[in-house]
Amino acid sequence: MTVATAPDRDIAYLVRRTIGEVLITVGVVLLLFASWQLWWTDVESNAAARTSIDAFYGNLDDPKNPEKLDAKGMPITIGEDGVFGIIRIPRFGKDWVRPLVENTDWYPLTRGVGHYKGTVGPGTVGNFALAGHRTTYGRPFHNIDLMVPGDKIIVETKSTYFVYEMTASEIVAPWNMSVIAPVPDKPGVKPTEAMITLTSCHPKFSAAQRFIVHGKLLMKAKRADGLPGDMWAVPDGAVQ
Amino acid sequence: MYAALWRVLPGSTALKILQCLVLALAIVAVLFLWVFPAIAPLMPFNETTVEGG
Repeated sequence: MTVATAPDRDIAYLVRRTIGEVLITVGVVLLLFASWQLWWTDVESNAAARTSIDAFYGNLDDPKNPEKLDAKGMPITIGEDGVFGIIRIPRFGKDWVRPLVENTDWYPLTRGVGHYKGTVGPGTVGNFALAGHRTTYGRPFHNIDLMVPGDKIIVETKSTYFVYEMTASEIVAPWNMSVIAPVPDKPGVKPTEAMITLTSCHPKFSAAQRFIVHGKLLMKAKRADGLPGDMWAVPDGAVQ
Repeated sequence: MYAALWRVLPGSTALKILQCLVLALAIVAVLFLWVFPAIAPLMPFNETTVEGG
């Protein structure tokens, strides 16, 4: 019968202890990643959004940077953050406001609600399509599933208010691009109305599906003229 | 490995604790500012757009 000698026992003990320490360290790093993703990205994105919104309102009358539209009625963005407007959805509360940024790549969507490149601009006949995070990165569309037909979606550009009214929602597969077609869900059909489409992930914390909200243009008004007060009304049962 | 780190750090126990805290904070900062932002786009749960596939 052999008994392990002291150095053998020490090495086995050291190996076991080191494996344990590595596993504990990996566990702590995973917990840190979860807290970064769920909490810190909100902190960063909300702060960036606040800065963008202040800059947008601060530069409304900047003579060096007047609003110019491209052929599709889309404001041409200048500057790194690509902010071309503001979106407000009274259903999400009186103070809910997000910057609108051009493009739906990774980075723009951490800065605000992104406009699908190539879709028309606000108020233009066709589909003004937007994407926003459901969770994390400021989660602008966290409560998109609580919207009901008739809810207002207010889009502000430097010069104009556009009020859209929600018409329908649907849950689709991530590759269903027909939802952002000029006539939603009818690719190839020539549009006659100014529509809006919001896309976000569904269910929360998953990318299995997409939650889609459609709406159509109700009215528009020059910024100087303002909107009728009832357009801003927060509906009963709004998320606060 | 943490025992080895403890042995390597110079100074009194209080000083060692202080150094461990600084090290831990530095590692968290590197993770939050560079490592996590770099790997987040690879995670499957952050997709919000409809895309052709």
